[in-house]
Amino acid sequence: MDKTHDNRAWFMVLPVFVLVAFSAVLPLMTVVNYAFNDTFGSNVFFWVGIEWFDDMLHSERMWGALKRQLIFSAVILAIEVPLGIAVAMCMPKRGVWASLCLVLVALPLLIPWNVVGTIWQVFARIDIGLLGYTLGQMGIDFNLGQNAAAAWVTVVVMDVWHWTSLIVLLSYAGLQSIPQAYYQAGRIDQASRWAVFRFIELPKLKGVLLIAILLRFMDSFMIYTEPFVVTGGGPGSTTTFLSIDLVKMALGQFDLGPAAAFSIMYFLVILLVSWAFYTVMVNLDREDMPK
Amino acid sequence: MARITLENLAHSYHPDPQSEDDYALKSIDMTWDDGGAYALLGASGCGKSTLLNIVSGLLVPSHGRVLFNGQDVTGAPTTDRNIAQVFQFPVVYDTMTVRQNLAFPLRNRGMEPAYIRRRVAEIARMIGMEDVLPRKARGLTADQKQKISLGRGMVREDVNAILFDEPLTVIDPHMKWELRTQLKTLHRDFGHTMIYVTHDQTEALTFADKVVVMHDGQVVQLGTPEELFQAPRHTFVGYFIGSPGMNLLDATVRGTVADLGGHSVALRADYGAPKGRVQFGIRPEFVQFDDSGAGLPVRVRRVEDVGRHRIVRSDYNGTPVNAVLPEGLPVPAMDARVSFVPEQVGVYVDDWRIAPRERAV
Repeated sequence: MDKTHDNRAWFMVLPVFVLVAFSAVLPLMTVVNYAFNDTFGSNVFFWVGIEWFDDMLHSERMWGALKRQLIFSAVILAIEVPLGIAVAMCMPKRGVWASLCLVLVALPLLIPWNVVGTIWQVFARIDIGLLGYTLGQMGIDFNLGQNAAAAWVTVVVMDVWHWTSLIVLLSYAGLQSIPQAYYQAGRIDQASRWAVFRFIELPKLKGVLLIAILLRFMDSFMIYTEPFVVTGGGPGSTTTFLSIDLVKMALGQFDLGPAAAFSIMYFLVILLVSWAFYTVMVNLDREDMPK
Repeated sequence: MARITLENLAHSYHPDPQSEDDYALKSIDMTWDDGGAYALLGASGCGKSTLLNIVSGLLVPSHGRVLFNGQDVTGAPTTDRNIAQVFQFPVVYDTMTVRQNLAFPLRNRGMEPAYIRRRVAEIARMIGMEDVLPRKARGLTADQKQKISLGRGMVREDVNAILFDEPLTVIDPHMKWELRTQLKTLHRDFGHTMIYVTHDQTEALTFADKVVVMHDGQVVQLGTPEELFQAPRHTFVGYFIGSPGMNLLDATVRGTVADLGGHSVALRADYGAPKGRVQFGIRPEFVQFDDSGAGLPVRVRRVEDVGRHRIVRSDYNGTPVNAVLPEGLPVPAMDARVSFVPEQVGVYVDDWRIAPRERAV
């Protein structure tokens, strides 16, 4: 077929450009603008170069938030991934119970973040919350507002409660796709339960698990609403994660310059990690291909 | 290594079987001798894989018992049976190398590393995969993977039996022959009880000492390849084994005479007066063209040259009658007459072969 070449056709892409410009580029450029300028109000800006970035990189507060953030993401991944796989393996494979289990497991995923936060905030309160009150009666000091450990436990358990389901659903789908013949071969080869998991199930789950870990990492790395509702970042700044810190800085203190620099670095870190994950995934696939 | 006995075995995939038709396996009693090479032969869906899975314990039969050396293992899990099974489609452990794949059953049994190394090398030589031992199994071709599956099946020396479920389906034709020969050699050298499921008669007849022919969930005959050829006990065996299969003509049998719808053929013995659907069976190898004018009148439809001989396809009153024409004999005219070698004629009543009352003089 003969193709007509007419560069005016580029105009047809214009609407997309406009849309992307308004939805992504312009807001991002505003942030970039703030990151390299300072202002004393009245819409007067002056150039400060990388001063804000420099400030941020030397800010103990930022490093503290980043450290807490990394610990939080690591902890929830370490809990949610094995737990999710375990739950998926225990679920019935077919029949009415399978559907019922799927619905029940999926329920937490349908609850909005701030509602989850509220549920756990109330649940953990020492005066009226079932968990907080019960623990208090048992002689355990579980005061979200004063006890950092209590705050951390609540935030972590809340995230596990909210998001393990995602891992369960993905792993369940992965497990369902393993042909029965592999399990039969495992039985014939007298493989132990652990060997079946290690050499049959885990390799087949690798793909979905990478996706699951990526999603959970990204999501937990950007977490804001739930811990904000439960602890407000406290006590002190013990549960102040990156997003919470950013919002405090940008909206609480109105330090737009540092906050903008912070945002850009935050964005770059996430981009970097996603890229790393993507590369790892692609390479893992390629490694097994015949040379 | 074990003698395998099946006692009154039946299996249905329905939770609550109502009729005979609900059963994938219908009442099987059989003993497989220790060290025998058996083939389970039958069309797809006749229950041969079901039977195999019951022996290996992947399925628990609805009725009956499975005995290994006289010991009841009906409810025993596969892992406890120490049995090897190779499936129709390759199953390899993707993340392991070829070497690890072959070693897996031995490692699961906690064998000595030195022994494992020696044994894996032996098996790799046998299946011709020595040069790919360090490779990951995942990137291999289907027939290489199937060879790994075969190797894994054969790697344990102390297995009670090795079961093959149409293992050569995905293998190249020339490799098929080679692997089958190797299986034969392996059987001769190690004397494992081997059970080989296939729907390919050539595979069954070349591999096995004894062939079990299954049809519609039943064992219709257990015999040596010669027995299956010479005296099929069931019309299915006659039809399924041989190329082309046995000719079967509806007949009325009275004593030593079979009436094939207006044409009488003498039988070599007195069969009495059987009732039911009576059929006259003769293999194409024993159908001869007869110039004397006394034979059964047939109309020749087609002659196929298959190399060593020719197959003449004809029919008699609409019933196909095939004949194998040895090299050198002239092709018959369109309207020809055939006669049958009397010793090779079988009489079937409701599909089962019946014995004559007494030998004719």
